[in-house]
Formats: sequence, structure tokens, C-alpha cells
Amino acid sequence: MRATDHARPVSPAVSASAACHGHISVQAPDGARRVVLVGNPNVGKSLFFNAFTGLYVDVSNFPGTTVAISSGRMGDDVMLDTPGIYGVSSFNDEEIVARDIVIDADVVLNVVDAVHLERDLFLTLQLIDMGLPLVVALNMVDEAETRGMRVDAAELARLLGVPVVPTVATRRRGFTEAQAALAEARVGLSDPVLQDRLVSLLDRVGTRGEALLVLEGDPFIAERHGIEPFGLRDEIYLDRRQRVNAVVSRVVERSGGGLDLRTRLGHALLRPLTGIPVLAAVLFIMYEFIGVFVAQTVVGFTEGTIMQGYVEPLIRQAVSAVVGSTGVLYQLLAGDFGVLTLSTTYIFGLLLPLVIGFYLMMSLLEDSGYLPRIAALTDRMMTAVGLNGRAIIPMILGFGCITMATITTRILGNERERKIATALMAFTIPCSAQLGVITGLLAGAGGFSLTVAYGAIMVVIFGLLGVLMARFVPGESTDLLIDLPPLRVPHPMNVLTKTYRKTIMFLREVGLYFVVGSLLLGVLQVTGALVAAQTWLAPLTEKWLLLPRQTSTAFIMGFVRRDFGAAGLYSLGLSGTDVLVALVTITLFVPCIASVLVITKERGKSFAAFVWVGSVVLAFLFGGILAHVAGWLA
Amino acid sequence: MRGADDAAPVGEEEQMTLLEARKGSRVRILEIPDDRARAQCIRFGIGEGTVVDWAEPLRVGPVLVRQANQEICLGRNLAARILVEEAAPYGGCGLDVRGRGA
Repeated sequence: MRATDHARPVSPAVSASAACHGHISVQAPDGARRVVLVGNPNVGKSLFFNAFTGLYVDVSNFPGTTVAISSGRMGDDVMLDTPGIYGVSSFNDEEIVARDIVIDADVVLNVVDAVHLERDLFLTLQLIDMGLPLVVALNMVDEAETRGMRVDAAELARLLGVPVVPTVATRRRGFTEAQAALAEARVGLSDPVLQDRLVSLLDRVGTRGEALLVLEGDPFIAERHGIEPFGLRDEIYLDRRQRVNAVVSRVVERSGGGLDLRTRLGHALLRPLTGIPVLAAVLFIMYEFIGVFVAQTVVGFTEGTIMQGYVEPLIRQAVSAVVGSTGVLYQLLAGDFGVLTLSTTYIFGLLLPLVIGFYLMMSLLEDSGYLPRIAALTDRMMTAVGLNGRAIIPMILGFGCITMATITTRILGNERERKIATALMAFTIPCSAQLGVITGLLAGAGGFSLTVAYGAIMVVIFGLLGVLMARFVPGESTDLLIDLPPLRVPHPMNVLTKTYRKTIMFLREVGLYFVVGSLLLGVLQVTGALVAAQTWLAPLTEKWLLLPRQTSTAFIMGFVRRDFGAAGLYSLGLSGTDVLVALVTITLFVPCIASVLVITKERGKSFAAFVWVGSVVLAFLFGGILAHVAGWLA
Repeated sequence: MRGADDAAPVGEEEQMTLLEARKGSRVRILEIPDDRARAQCIRFGIGEGTVVDWAEPLRVGPVLVRQANQEICLGRNLAARILVEEAAPYGGCGLDVRGRGA
């Protein structure tokens, strides 16, 4: 998942489970060179990749991890894209994946941002120290110029000992030269003292690259070769830092000083007084686009007109022609929760447009450089619930689809944070499908004041549960440590490609769970378990929540799809506070089957069980309290 | 109770945490105790000994640090563990031997 290219996890802790897979390489045909693209986040790497490989690109999960890797043909060679990283080691999933691909590279094309050479050349020198044949694409030379910087590419090539090609990826300038330079790729000039040390390790470790990582204390590479990691990271890093600074001081000429307008604007976005109003405006625009345009207009067409109007009848016809229109098999395949009807409509009619809408927005926020600023702005608030600002990313996605957001929790620093974020979302954040019905009900029943009351109650519950979990979920949360890329106008093609790739990844990863989910429900319905559960819940609904008996049907429907649950309330004609009680209960109530399955996959069975049971308990606890408090007040 | 009179003696470099830095001040990073954060900061171009151009503890937020064109944000808890001292502003008479490009 590359939902946050620029705000890479830089947290002090790394999930051990994600890091302990074996050594795996992406396949390349015989005789083909493996050209690997490497660079810091947000340096325009994907523009190179798209230009060099064309349309036929394979996006797949790197085996054993959760990071998406793109690969494609470039002439006779294979080009592999890697996640944006600041250095090669194993601080997080992205680095582990990039590390394993880089180690096997025949040629590395290292894209660096001319404006941030102090940062980017650290990775470059590390790749050189690893003994990899390298070409450097000095990207964004135009932006460097407008910032009053002059970068001497020839001098940089001389100091590094590798070809350096100035490029402007957004205008495809320098691409031909960069591609041609790959034939000239060379192992650059490393530090002689360091190289001596590496050579002494070579008989125990396969390559210079792996030897370097062992010296830098990478525990996984060391284990692979059955030796103890060396603790020389600080020394090697500091030394490399000084080499980078020496190179930069010789190739970069800066004129002017002080903070330019773009930088000042960037700072304003971080300060609460100016940043919060901007964030509110951005969220409002997102809501208008996704919550109103996509969720209502687009989904109305794709779900209602296309899927329910044309596709579902066709499927039903086909199924009844084969198995007849009565009987269990028909019910399972094409009934109310039919695997072929419900899941097809759900995935293509409802989820697909929403997920595209969300990834489009996220890609825009990401490429503009705004996303890490949102993370910074919300960091303090997130700290209170045991998370850091980076957790705002899955939280925003949660309003789209909890399933999608649960997958995105992979970007968080450690398992404790992933658990807290997953549970908070599953408990308190209504997904877009549900949100549409909720806002409709609120508007119908009491309008503005009721909406404010609902929002306030949910925020309070979110805070309460977050503080409790921060207290009781074992472990320690990581601190925010992120790089703020400059604000930039996103490149439309790049945004679209990213949206497309992420959407495909999402469907590929969770499509099956939606199918399994509707199959489970079909079985529950056919066996009569659904009706039994409704009857069983009824007393709780009447006596404790003080709601009509039929409301329990709505809750049970919530198991299926959370919006089914909320939609079930429409027909009951509830009044003011009853609506509030019902909506708070149903928001807290169990996440949909697909997200429960994904939670199980990501966090394990017992955690999924905790979330599921917990959501039932919390839903009735808070719903009941609210009902009784409202009763006393009235 | 400590009063204002108990401040550090004049003439001695005053150590503080990054969280206590003045908005917009130049500070020299003295110590980053956390291993991983230290490594990550060095990658970003900010190591122990570096003088950063702009430090700003954001109100109700993390600490913003700018060095050359590179900006990073550090969470408050992390910033509270990082030791710094104030460095002379640009054009001042302070010896700034370990600034960028050194």
C-alpha cells in the first residue's frame, strides 16, 4: 500500500512480524537486466517509471509483506519501482522491500531531488557504498533554479563517480538521456576505509551491499548469513553525512536567503490558527466531492441504475436458468445476500466509485505535499489517543471504507498503534455507505441540532475509547518524525496513475472478503439464524434502548453492510431522540463482515473477536445510557 | 520555587530541549538519545552538531525544524528528549563551524 509516499513511517519502532520474512526476489526473465528505481519519497520516481515502462505494468504485493511493487518491461530489461525511502535498512516495511530489491539490482537508477540534495544524496552515497552500478537522475532542476539554486551536475558526477543526468520529470525533460545513461552505469566512489572493512566481510557475506548493511547493524541481513550484526551505524552514518555535506557544498550554489513565499505558506498550514481553517475547508471540499457527488450521484447511478437495474436481473435470470428460481442454491447465489448478486453490486456499484474517489483525493493531497502537514497539525490530538499524526491518514480513509482504512493502518509505526487505530475506526467511524444514510436520517428527523448532537456524541466516544486504549493496549507509541515535502501542484497524470494502481490493489486484496462475507450471510439467512438473532435481540432493543422492537432488524442488517443497518431505520419513522439513540448505537455496532475479515487477516483472530464483541457491548452500553439520559432530560 | 534570578550564569552556553527552542531561532543539536530517530535525522541532514536554520515548536503541535531546504516535524515527546543550545543568528559573531556544508 503506498497511500502515503511522502509521509513514510520514520518512527523509532518497526513491526517485527513484517520484517522477518526470508530473502525473496522479484523474477526477471533470463538475460534481462534488473533496473531498479530508487529514491526518496516524492522525488518523481513514478514519472520515470511510467515513462520508461509504458502501460503494461504489473503491480503486486512484494511476497511476504504488504508493500506494492510495480514492475514493467523496458526494452529487453525489467524495471522495478521501489517505495520511496530515505536510506536502505529495515526501519519499516518499505525499507525492507526496497532493500531486498536493491540488493539484487543489476543497475540502479537513483532519482534525486535537486532542491533537497542534503537529504537525497545520503541514500545515493549509501547505494554507492553498497557497490551498486548507478546512474543518478538529478530531478527538478527547474525548481532548484526558481529557488535561486545552481547545481553543478558535471561536478556532482565527478565527485560521485557515476553518470548524473539533469531532468525535469514533470515535463519529461532528460528522460532519453537518463535511459541512455543506464548503459554507462558505474560503481561510484566510496570511502576507502569503509570499503576495506567491507572486503574483510565478503567471505562471510555474499555481496558488498549486504556486507555494508551488516556493518550498519541490519539484524535481518546478519541473521540471513548467520553472523552477528555490527553496531557501527552511528559511525558510518555520521561519516556519510559529512561526505554528503562536502559534496553539496561543492556542487550547490545558493543565492538569496530567508524564507520564500512557498515556505511561508507551508508554515502557515502547520500553525493551528491558520492551519485549522484551511484543513476544515479541505475536508469540506472532500465531503462535497466524495460524500455528496460520488456517494450520492455517482453511486446512485452505478449501484441503482447499472447494477440493480441491469446486472442483477441478468444474473438472477442466468442463475435461475441453471439451478431453478427456488431452493437453497438459488438463495445462496442470487438471493437477497446472493454471492453473485449482492457482492457484485456491492463491489462494483458501491465500493469501486467510493474507493476511486477516496484514492483520488488522497493522491492529490499526497502529491501536493499537504498530507504530511495534516499529520503534523493533528499530531497533538492523536497523541492523546495513543497515536501520532500519521494515524490521521487511515482515519480519513475510514470515512470512505473501514476495510480500505484497516489495510492502510500498515503505515503506522508499530502494532500497538495499528491496534488502537483499527479498533477506533471499527467502533466509532461511520463508513461512507453508512454516512449517507445517517445524514439522510438526521436531516429528516431533526436537522441541524440533531446532527451537531450526533457529531458531538461520537467525538466524545472516540476520545473516551482512544484514551482508554492508549492506557491499556500494551506497548509504547512511536513519535512523529516526518519529512515535509515542499508544496507543489500535483501532476494530473501521476495522480490518475496512482489512483488507478491503488484501486486495483484494493480490489485485488479485499474483493474476495466481500464475496466470502455475502456467502456467510446467505448461509445465516438460509439457516434461519438471522431471524433467530433478531428475536433474540428484541428485548434488549425495547427495554434498554427504549426503541421499537423492529429496530433490532436494523441492527442485524448492520452485520451485512453497515448502511443496510442504518437504512433499516428509515422505515420505522422514529422521532428526534429515538433517531439519535438508534444512530449512535448503529454507528458503534459491529463493522461489516468484509472489514471483520480484513481485521482478522491484519490483526489476528483474537483481536478481531475483541473488536466484534466490543462493538456490540459498546453499542448497547452507550446507546442505552443515551436513551436513559435523554429520557430523564425530557 | 525557582525565580528568574536563578537562570544560568551569563556567558555559559545554555542547554535546553528542542521543545523549549524559541520560534524561528537557530539552534545547534547536541544530543538525540533515541537510536532510530538519530539515524533518521542524520538521513534528513540533521545530526548531532548540526545547526538548524529555523526551529519552531508549533502551538498545540510538533516541532518544526528547517535546515537548508529540508523541513521535518518531530513529535513533542521526541523533541522534549533532544538537547539543543541556541546558536548565533546569521551574520552574528558566533563561530559556526559545524553548520551546513561544513
